[in-house]
Amino acid sequence: MDVSDSVLDHLRHVGALPDLTGTRYELESEIGRGGMGVVYAARDRQLDRRVALKVLDFALAGEAQLIAHLEHPAIVPIYESGTLADGRPFYAMKLVSGARLDRYLAEQPTLAECLRVIRRVGEALAFAHSHGIIHRDLKPQNVMVGPFGEVYVMDWGVDAVAGTPAFRAPDDRLDQRSDIFALGALLQFLLYAPAPPALRAIVAKAMSAVPAARYPDVPALLADIERFELGLAIEAWSEPLWHKLRRFCSRNAVLLWLVVAYTLVKFLLFFLRNF
Amino acid sequence: MNKVVVGLVLGVILGAIDGATAWFYPEARSMMTNIMIGSSVKGMVVGLLSGWFARKVDSTPWGVVVGSALGLLFAFLVAAMDAAKGRPHYLEIMLPGFVVGAIIGFLTQKMGTSGPATKGAQ
Repeated sequence: MDVSDSVLDHLRHVGALPDLTGTRYELESEIGRGGMGVVYAARDRQLDRRVALKVLDFALAGEAQLIAHLEHPAIVPIYESGTLADGRPFYAMKLVSGARLDRYLAEQPTLAECLRVIRRVGEALAFAHSHGIIHRDLKPQNVMVGPFGEVYVMDWGVDAVAGTPAFRAPDDRLDQRSDIFALGALLQFLLYAPAPPALRAIVAKAMSAVPAARYPDVPALLADIERFELGLAIEAWSEPLWHKLRRFCSRNAVLLWLVVAYTLVKFLLFFLRNF
Repeated sequence: MNKVVVGLVLGVILGAIDGATAWFYPEARSMMTNIMIGSSVKGMVVGLLSGWFARKVDSTPWGVVVGSALGLLFAFLVAAMDAAKGRPHYLEIMLPGFVVGAIIGFLTQKMGTSGPATKGAQ
């Protein structure tokens, strides 16, 4: 690469940067780039705080209004939306620090921690569904886990998005059950081998190729995860007898040990007296 | 069901079962009715107090500790009454009483509904 090439590259890069003239924001750096636009870290000069600035393609200007309807702890809040000098729509949102879910997995979180993340994501989905909004592109890259364990679901409900192959339901028409499929795929992504059979069954039910065979809604899926965590029987799996027994013993270990202790005491006293 | 009621019912049942094991001692068979009544009453009092404690403190380890302590205390009282009649069976009464108390203490923590409770160490 000679000097003229590098100058050309630099000019191309500068030319692609959003023109923030007339806004209260000062560009810092590019955070991420997707099919719908580019996300930048920026400084809000007026409030002296860092924000995430998403600059969108024209066709997707409705995204900000969509997310603005979703006020939930696990959904990144929108601060402001507007149009740049070059005509491109943008919106400013909370700058979330932390790791994307795929990178967070490298920290080897425990199973309980993974399930907590899934529950938070599920709660955000359930909330959005109750407002008639579906995510359409739930995948690890769209989930952030903050330094204090806070979970954020991003990139909501853009019509133009057809989903990411590994997380996309094979449905003709995307609806709530497509999000349930993606949530199941997300759970599968978080599980490391050997995953408990009950959790595998939950994944299988959520990711069923037939939408009607999936969980009817996100709360039903979350309820099954909660039942698994409490050591109860789950809806997605009719477990074999030996597994029921093992689960019972595991749930009632203290009680069983006390009963064993009582029996041993009685036997001991009986034999001490007679022999 | 209220934790106090759960403790009471469980105490009576477990006390009766504990008392029934006296049947394995031939010399005690003639006193089975008295033993079972005494053991049931002992279990009932331990269950009542454990249930009351479970309503106040939501902690399984403390429930087991308090239940076993109560079981031991009341078993000692029963054994002392027995010893006063010339039949010292401290070990035979106190050791199972201690474990039955622990079981009652555990179950009252796990079962039944409580009123306003203080969260203790889990």
